[in-house]
Parts: sequence; structure tokens; C-alpha cells
Amino acid sequence: MTIETFTGAKALLQKTELLFEYGSVDKTGIDTAKPEGLADSLGGLKRKAKPKLPALTEPEAMRHYIRLSQRNYAIDLGMFPLGSCTMKHNPRLNEAMARLPGFSDIHPLQPQSTVQGALELINSLSDWLLKLTGMKAVAMSPKAGAHGELCGMLAIRAALDARGLQARKKVLVPKSAHGTNPATAAQAGFEVVEVAQTADGRVDVDDFKAKITEDTAACMITNPNTCGLFEHQIKEIADLIHAAGGYFYCDGANFNAIVGKVRVADLGVDAMHINLHKTFSTPHGGGGPGSGPVVLSAALAPFAPVPWVVNDGDGFKLIEHKEGEASQAFGRMVAFQGQMGMYVRALSYMMSHGADGLKQVSEDAVLNANYILASLKDVMTPAFDGYCMHEALFDDEFLEGTGVTTLDFAKAMIDEGFHPMTMYFPLVVHGAMLIEPTETESKHTLDDFIKSMRGLAEAAKSNDKSRFDHAPHLAPSKRLDETLAARKPILKMAD
Amino acid sequence: MTVKFTQEHEWIKIEGDVASFGITAYAAEQLGDVVYVELPEVGKTIKTGDAVAVVESVKAASDVYAPVSGEVVEANDELSASPEKVSEDAEGAGWFAKIKLSDASELDGLMDEAAYKAFLESL
Amino acid sequence: MRYLPLNDDDRKSMLETIGVSNIDELFKDIPESARLDGPVRDLPLVQSEMAVARALGKMAGKNIPAANVPFFCGAGAYKHHVPATVDHIIQRSEFLTSYTPYQPEIAQGTLQSLFEFQTQVARLLDCDVANASMYDGSTACAEAVVMAARVTKRKKVIFSGGIHPHYFAAAHILADNIGIEIVALDPAIDGEKAVTQHIDNETAAVVVSCPNVFGTITDLSEIAAAATEKGALSIGVFTEVMAFGLIEPLGAMGIDIVVGEGQSIGNALNFGGPYVGLFATREKFIRQMPGRLAGQTVDLDGNRGFVLTLSTREQHIRREKATSNICTNSGLCALAFTIHMTLLGEKGLEQTAILNHEAAIKTAKALGAIVGVEVLTKNFFNEIAVKLPVNATEVVQKMADAGVLGGVPFSRLNKDAQGFENVLLIAATEVTTDDDIAELVTALTNALKGAI
Repeated sequence: MTIETFTGAKALLQKTELLFEYGSVDKTGIDTAKPEGLADSLGGLKRKAKPKLPALTEPEAMRHYIRLSQRNYAIDLGMFPLGSCTMKHNPRLNEAMARLPGFSDIHPLQPQSTVQGALELINSLSDWLLKLTGMKAVAMSPKAGAHGELCGMLAIRAALDARGLQARKKVLVPKSAHGTNPATAAQAGFEVVEVAQTADGRVDVDDFKAKITEDTAACMITNPNTCGLFEHQIKEIADLIHAAGGYFYCDGANFNAIVGKVRVADLGVDAMHINLHKTFSTPHGGGGPGSGPVVLSAALAPFAPVPWVVNDGDGFKLIEHKEGEASQAFGRMVAFQGQMGMYVRALSYMMSHGADGLKQVSEDAVLNANYILASLKDVMTPAFDGYCMHEALFDDEFLEGTGVTTLDFAKAMIDEGFHPMTMYFPLVVHGAMLIEPTETESKHTLDDFIKSMRGLAEAAKSNDKSRFDHAPHLAPSKRLDETLAARKPILKMAD
Repeated sequence: MTVKFTQEHEWIKIEGDVASFGITAYAAEQLGDVVYVELPEVGKTIKTGDAVAVVESVKAASDVYAPVSGEVVEANDELSASPEKVSEDAEGAGWFAKIKLSDASELDGLMDEAAYKAFLESL
Repeated sequence: MRYLPLNDDDRKSMLETIGVSNIDELFKDIPESARLDGPVRDLPLVQSEMAVARALGKMAGKNIPAANVPFFCGAGAYKHHVPATVDHIIQRSEFLTSYTPYQPEIAQGTLQSLFEFQTQVARLLDCDVANASMYDGSTACAEAVVMAARVTKRKKVIFSGGIHPHYFAAAHILADNIGIEIVALDPAIDGEKAVTQHIDNETAAVVVSCPNVFGTITDLSEIAAAATEKGALSIGVFTEVMAFGLIEPLGAMGIDIVVGEGQSIGNALNFGGPYVGLFATREKFIRQMPGRLAGQTVDLDGNRGFVLTLSTREQHIRREKATSNICTNSGLCALAFTIHMTLLGEKGLEQTAILNHEAAIKTAKALGAIVGVEVLTKNFFNEIAVKLPVNATEVVQKMADAGVLGGVPFSRLNKDAQGFENVLLIAATEVTTDDDIAELVTALTNALKGAI
């Protein structure tokens, strides 16, 4: 039986009113010292109208956010197999380290003699990233993956310009690429040329070759690619682009599959961003903050943006201006040194694992993905033959004729207690379902997941549509009307 | 009055030297619920194949190309407030704009209704 | 290894299910020459939690935290008190370990908090709409410049002499590569009004700042109106969001795009990041905005709910035609902002802002009384520029050696500005005490000994 409660609360699921509906502008959740009443120095620019910002006192605020929190799925709650996002366990040691006052309570522009430990940490993290990839230099400051892509592409632009090749504007990007790749290329002033894909889910090298012209500046290739496969012709691709005088940007979003197993430098890469919030376990935080350092080849290293850290024997120094050894730097991307809070977490994670642990990370990530692929391939349809790297990709062929779509299937997974996989990406696979378990799932959890996925696949095929229609049924909210939200945008609470 | 179609799934209705155009019912259905339309500016001179409008659903955005050359003389401003008209009546109330033709011979290269139907079946 | 649940028995049975005899068969697509035969060399092996904590604690111990000394650094990052509640809530698993809310049925916590964040930011800055955050203030400024060029279909952008040099740098590299012409006016303490005379019919935008990098606050209404008259957009930049608890917000001055740094509310100094970029504008530009947006809607039962909306602007749909390449933003920092703002409310915000302003007034007065020191900033919120009789970098180092973090030399931000070698930027906030100010005066007086 369904009971309508008098307030709308449902046991553990409490009401979640907007704070503007019950907060008050007449109260505050903080106590301050009393102002002295000095004459102001505002030159007549005192705020005229109140901002209409209500407050909640501390107990009310605590409840407001805890109630909201209970409507979120999270890694700490269950498996979050979101392909290309690497939702792995976020160790709490990292959080504790990032909150040491020596890291969290220091200003980016303090005299460098007062932040030697912070510069040492950045230097140490740089050293790990360089050793893990075999690359020549690293630009630490980019604030997320897409920002790292931009950094790499701007370094490529600067390197081409330095060679007098200003006219080179074309960037080859495979059709299966993540949307940030073409968006970044455009933002850096390049033009995108799409490259076809082969039937086995890799870059079509013949098409790649055919599309190289004297205008070609670079290629942007994700490896392992967005289909969860390693581009086994990667060295041929690198050789082709280099022979044409261009550069190889590698999207390192999927580094988790190969960290500690492969030297990126040996693949012919010129620039690759590393998402610290994927491979190196810094929390995703509901959509950031991230951090996207970019490792660079010798050809691109002189063009890295400022700032960077050097150790000149007399302590650590920040190179902050475009002069001296940084005279070819392409500029500065951000106000300060980048995502220090993320650096601390990532280094804490790397040190915990060690070189041996990181190798085990990629092996277990790939093992878990292949275990899922092997356990589901008889009831779902893998998009490609063979083994995968760290994520398993299925298409929606197994749903054909059932009336159930990839979206319905994903929403039914919510009822099963799992976060859905990435769906409809990559675009080159029809009804794509991209599953990335990561290495931090136990076999016990994977077996539960497989049980649910098999059950759903069989239910779809046996016409048991009730679990899919209007799913999810058991989530805190029912399916939301995205069309209404886009047609009549309401982006804030009305005054 | 004649109606013609393009391979980009636009229809064009010719009345004298002015033609109204929009996207076909097929295109509207492929796109899903339309949530937003960006219309061409009135007074703008356009060439066949120019991207002159944008039509968006929740998960997709598509450029709409000028089916013929000419000057934009009117835009269907009602679509700004009610983009759903494109989904509900793509080939009627969901028209995008009217173009004053600069070269009527361009119409010869377009499909008639029967040819467009055959084209759809071939997809 | 404590983060890896599989044991060797699991691995063996899983390999059997897959049908391979060892793990390396799954890596065979990788060219042999790039494969490693063992752990990466020259790196340490697995370490206990205790060992890692000890090593990192040692590094942290070599730095001087703001709380330990009289502290006056600002210039884009500010030391404020953040209530303990904020850090507790953002460490809740459901916020900390969730992803971008692409599945709204199980992400209403994140989505509603973003909707509340957007509302708070829009109201605080007095703008129609705000997005769900950018990386930081400098990148928000860069994105605003690109957006203005897109909206106006023009290519010239004028920067005032009061813009934070790092914000200029971040905007410059983004604009330069897509053919936007940049006009940068020379640094000037009261540098905003000078932009007006440069606005012409080719101008896409003017970028002005309030408070500016020298702490100066200026009424930008006339500049905004002048831009509008020429068909250009005005971009208003700030680095200290706390200011708007007390001073007129930039939206109310008629600024079209308001961008800046939100770190002061909810977020620690963190040596420069992560921070939270704020981005707000007029309703008519929402489809030209970069960044994510949470919007209100209903679910199948008719209950209110929230979703990410207007996604067709974004890279995952529009690809090379997207308004920006941004994907990950500053979700958790935005959450910290909104929790702190909820605790403050306008009452607490105004009280705190007044305390900031009073601390700055007292600091300015005390410094102005030192022989040879000239306070350059007339109207300010919590930050001032002072001119010293000697090179500011050397003075700051001497003060640091004496245990006072006494501000940021302007030349640290812009080395090439003529005549600014002796200019020191000094911020005071609600954490600044009278004793701190007295110690600053002593340290500065000592550092200047012999110079005057």
C-alpha cells in the first residue's frame, strides 16, 4: 500500500525544500566580532539593494545538506561503472593530507622561502608523472582534462609557429573521440578533420594517411581509445604524423588502463594530459575540481606554460615569468600554480601504491573489465570482438525488437542499486553502453553487478517490460522532464 | 504553390518569388522534442548551403542549411517562445523563415515530394 | 595493497573465466617495445598509510601557514574564516565521491545544491543568471572574453589597467589563437575609466575590474553604458567576492558579463587551487554561456526536481562548435561556496564584509603613518596598494624573514610594468587583528630602516 505522508517526507528520505523557501534574511549561521563603526572608504559605492540571501543557522544548514546528500549516488555507496570516467575509490588519507595547514593554508604568492615544502611536493609529483610516462617535461597548471588538452594544443601551436608554420591549422581527430577533443582544437584556433574508424574499433590508418596534408598541424588520439581498445597501430600513426611535420596529442583520459605497464614516450606521443581525478584517485566531487597536468616531449617542452618549479640546488624556485629558460613559454593559463589540493591527494595516492602497486592497478582494472565482458557476452552484444582494456563496450543489438532502449536499460540499473554505465558514447557505436569497473571493485561486487546485468538483459528479451517502462521506480526521484527544463529554462529561484 | 525538398531534410514552399522553409516531419521526428530554434536574421543575404538556423532537442543540435539563395524577409518569431511547434507541425506552423529568391533556377535541383519519399526509403 | 580488493585466487579464477592463462595476454595489443617488464624504475614501492603521512607531513611542515603569522597577502586569493560545518559537509561521501549529475534521479543532492548556488551567485552579483561554476576567476575571465566576441561577432577586446595581470594572461592566450585583437592599457591604480575613450564600433568588449588588482573600487556604470552605446559588451571582473557584501554589485552597474573568483567564500587558500570561478550574465545570453547549468523541472509524478540543462551548448554535444571545451568544473568548491553562503546569509555576509573593510581601513591608516610609505588606493574594500621607498620584493622578503607575511609585490604579477617595482599589494580581512596590524607596521618599519 502507498501512504501519502502529511509533510511529504518518506522515512529516511526527508523533504528537500529550497533554502530560499524556509531560510531567513533576518538570521545568520555565523557569529562575528562587532564592527567598530568606522567611517567607510567606499567612495559612495556602498551596496544599495540587499541581495536577498537568506541564511540557515548551523543545525538547520547541517540538516539541509545532509538531506540533500541522501539523494545522491556515490562511489562510497556502490559500484559506479561510468565508462571513461574512472570512478575508483578515493582514499581518505589523501583528504587528510590535503588538509594539513602546511598545504591548505598557504597563499599562492607567499615568498617562496616560506613555501619550500609546497614546491617540493609539486616537484615530486612532476617527477612521478615523468617517470611513469618517460616524457621530458610536465606542465602542471591545467585545471582539468579539457584544460590540459588546451595546454597541449597551445604548446603545439607555439612549436609550429616557432618553426614558421603558422599556416598549419588542421587537426586530425577520430570520429570516436570525446567531445572535448574537437572543442579544444577549435578553442585553440585549429580546424578539425574527422578520421574514420575501422570495423574493429580503431583508427583507420589508411584514412588517417589520406587525410594528412601540408596543412596538418597535429592529431588528437585517445589511447586506450573511447571504445576501450588499445590502438595497436599507434606507432605507425605517430610516425605518419611526425613524418608530415605534425605533433601527436594523446588524450590520456584512459591512462588507468596502462599506468605502470607502458612507457607513453615510447609510443611517439608529444603531449598527453593526465586526469589526476581519474587515474590518481582525487575525488570527482559531483563534477570537479579536477586537475590535468600535461606531459610533453622534448620537441614541445620549451613551450610549456609558466609557472613551473625548478630545483637549482639552492632550494626550489617557481619560474613565473616568460624570460630566461622560459622565454619560449606560450604564456600562462591560470592565475596561480594550478590545483595544489589535487596534487597533494595524487601524490599521496602514488606514494601509497608505489611503482609496483600502480602496475597492479592497471592489471586489475583491465582484469575486472574483461571479467565483465566475458561474463556478459552471451546475453549482451559486445561492440567489438576480442579482449578490452579497462572498459567493456556493448551496443544495443541485444535489445533489438524488445522495445527497451539503452536509456531504459540504464535507468533499470538504478533500481538494481548500480550507477548506470556511460551510454550513447562513443557515438560510433549504436546505443553504446560503456562499462568501466576500475580496479577498486571486488570480485564479490562484480558478481552482483553481472547478476543484475544478466537479469536485466534476460528480462528485456523475455518481454518483461514493466521494469524498464518509466524506470527508475525505486530512486528518490522519478524520471525527470528534460524537455521542459530546456524549453522553459528556470535557472534560479525567482526573487 | 509548389513544395520541394532537400537531401538535408528541409522543405521549401514557393509562392511567387518568396519561399518559406523549415525542416521535414522526418527530420523533426529524428531529432526528438525540439526545445530551441535559432532563426536567421531578417535582411540577411544567404547562399544555398549556408548554415542559417539551428534546431535543438535536449540531446542534439543541428544546423539548418539554406535550401536556396536570397534575402531573408521574415522569420517565424513564434518559434522562440514555442519551439514545440517544430515537433508538432514541422511542415506547417513550424516554418523557420521566408526567403526572397535571388535565383529561381536553383529550385530545379531540388526534389519533389515523390522523390523525397523515395529518398527517405533509400536511407 | 590496501586499495585493491582482488586477491590472487580471485585473479586466477577471473582469468579462467576470461579464458586466458595470464594477465599479459590482455595487454598484447600494446607494442612490445613500449611495454614495461616490471614496475617503473627509480620510483619507491608500496608504502603504509603511516609512512606516507609522515613523508607528506614533513613537506607540509616546511611551509608557513597563513594562520601562524600576521598575514596580509591577497592579489587574487584571500584568507578568510570558513566555518567547520563547510568542510564536514563537503567530505560527505555522497558529495565527495559522486560524479557530474548526468543521472538526475540519483543526483538530486548535487543538482539542487547547484541550483541554489546559481541563485545565490546571481543574487549576490545582481545578474539574471549564473552558471554552475568555472575552474577559477582567471579562466572565467578568459571564457567571458571569448563569449563576448561570439555574441558581438567582433574581434577587439580592451583590458583596463586595473585587471589582475594573471587574468589578463589567461584571457590573452585563449583570445590570441582565435584571432581576437587585444588592447591592453598600462597598469594604473585607478585604471578603469580610461577604457571608455578606446571603445569604438569594432570593439567586442571592455574588460574592467572592481575591486581591481590594486584594490580600487570604481563605479563602472558609465563604462557599461558607453560599451552598450557602441554595441560592445562590458565584462566586469573581481578577485574578491566578499566585497559584494558591502559594495554595489557589478550587475547593478549595468555590466553584461560578471566574472570572478569565488574562493573567499567556503574555500581555503590551497596555494592557488582548487578555487571556484563565478560566471553570471544577462538572460538573453544564456545560450552563449560556457559551463554547466542546473535547471528546474518536474519528474513523472509531478514533483519538483533538477537536471543539467541547455547541454547543447556543451562539448559532448556540439563538439567543435561548443561554447567552450570545459567538462569537469569546480563542483565541490561550488558546494563549499553555497554552504558557507547559506550559513552567512546576507546578514552574516554584510557583517563579515564590514569587518574586512574596517581591517583594511585600519591597515591603510597605520601604513600611511610610516614615513616614506604612500597609500595609493583611495577607495577600496579590503585591499590597498602602497608605494614604498624601495623595491617591494626585497621588503616582503625581509618581513617574511621576520615572521610577517606582509603582502604581494605587484612585480610578482607583472614584472615589466614600469614604475611599479616599489608597489606592494596588501589585503586585510576579518581574520586580521589589531595586533597583526601592529606587527606589520613594526616589520615594515624595520625593513625600511636605512632606506629612508
